[in-house]
Amino acid sequence: MASIQVKNLTKSFGDLLVLDDISFEVEDGEFLCIVGPTGCGKTTFLNSVTKLYEITAGEILLDGQPVDLKKHNISYIFQENSTMPWLTVEQNVSFGLGIKHVPEKAKRENVNEMLDIVGLTPYRKYYPSQLSSSMLQRVSIARAFATKPELLLMDEPYGQLDIELRFKLEDELIKLWERTGTTVLFITHNIEESVYLGEKIMVLTNKPTKVKELIRDDLPRPRDIAAPDFVALRQHVTDLIKWW
Amino acid sequence: MESTVIRCRDLRKTYKTPEGDKKIIDGIDLCVGENEFVVLFGPGQCGKTTMINLLSGLESPTSGIVEVGGEPVTGPGPQRGVVYQTISLFPWLTAMGNVEYGPKVRGVPKAERRRRAQYYIDLVGLKGYENTYPVKLSGGMKQRVGIARAYCNEPIVMFMDEPFGALDAQTRYLMQKELEKIWQKERRTVVFVTNNIEEALYLADRIVVMHNCPSKIKREYVIDLPRPRDYMDSEFLRLRKEITDIVDKTL
Repeated sequence: MASIQVKNLTKSFGDLLVLDDISFEVEDGEFLCIVGPTGCGKTTFLNSVTKLYEITAGEILLDGQPVDLKKHNISYIFQENSTMPWLTVEQNVSFGLGIKHVPEKAKRENVNEMLDIVGLTPYRKYYPSQLSSSMLQRVSIARAFATKPELLLMDEPYGQLDIELRFKLEDELIKLWERTGTTVLFITHNIEESVYLGEKIMVLTNKPTKVKELIRDDLPRPRDIAAPDFVALRQHVTDLIKWW
Repeated sequence: MESTVIRCRDLRKTYKTPEGDKKIIDGIDLCVGENEFVVLFGPGQCGKTTMINLLSGLESPTSGIVEVGGEPVTGPGPQRGVVYQTISLFPWLTAMGNVEYGPKVRGVPKAERRRRAQYYIDLVGLKGYENTYPVKLSGGMKQRVGIARAYCNEPIVMFMDEPFGALDAQTRYLMQKELEKIWQKERRTVVFVTNNIEEALYLADRIVVMHNCPSKIKREYVIDLPRPRDYMDSEFLRLRKEITDIVDKTL
């Protein structure tokens, strides 16, 4: 598990300043939702944290040390399906464990547990082309959690799913998070989703992106989207973002 | 209901597959009144797109009758505009070229079709983008072109097959608001398909909930909340929960 400190994070592409001097901290095991207006640089932000992009200035520390993908255990769940089509469901889930040379027995137990949690045990021998899009997202989630990451980054993983399915997978995600204690950064356009999931909600501004507000969300779980407290918080976040 | 524009009776559609016949639509009776905004709502893969294809004449039913404006539907026609889920603009035509395409192939003189196309381009908020090609437009803008193109044939009904499904949540709110405004200004009978309950409640005069495949009508709700609607209004949220709870589960 890991705490995160982001200090003065700045990222430009040529003359275009995308992230403008962003600083914040995430505690060990916290679930942070990041939400902002369309096109505000949320994905750039996540890609900078993971060092998929070289940052222009600033510092990102995990447990007080600069992010190093060789040392730190970070998982990333993408918006679009990123399962490997030539591997079965269980081979996909065990992929990261193979790279980390986890012993066979521990690997098998871990994969079984993950498949069980996301409800894919009956489909373990299936290939991705035989699965629906929600099942594919579950494979990605099981694969990400299987490595027991210190930090899990999620870039709008449920954007293309219908609302009912989204809530179901969100509930599964919360269960997994509570069980593993992983620190999660979850990016979304969907304000209701951010209020439903987060312990904290970080609201970003339009480009050049800064932090507009960092809000504590301590509504009791499971959360009710029609409860007055929930609606009030959703309204507040909406007011901060609304451009439409 | 003032006058019925769409009428379908005991509509059925079966596809032949290697595993035998697969029933998709299993006996649907539906009437839609003039200028009514009807939303077909149901889980993924429940046959909603097939319904749009049958009503618009893009596919023929296995049995049953579809009538639009009192005439039986036997194939696609300019009276029935369709906005597609996949953005299906002609990439080699500009926004103007796409919007005026229908009238053009039907031989409407250039001055007239340009005037009309310009009117609908303005209506959907794309003034200034007439000469832009689809590749340079954002997802929301492409769907605006799709809506203007369907309107430009001046159809009596509009069919919309999950037109905002590929947009992010915020752009989707924007497009829902815009579509409502367009519809208030240019009243048409609309049949709109979605699996997003917020979208259905925001737009519909009536929500028709479909069963999972093979598809039938499960229940109908007349939505008379005042417009424009508020996604966080307590009655809106109550209806959202009620309808969500009766929908068949996918998976």
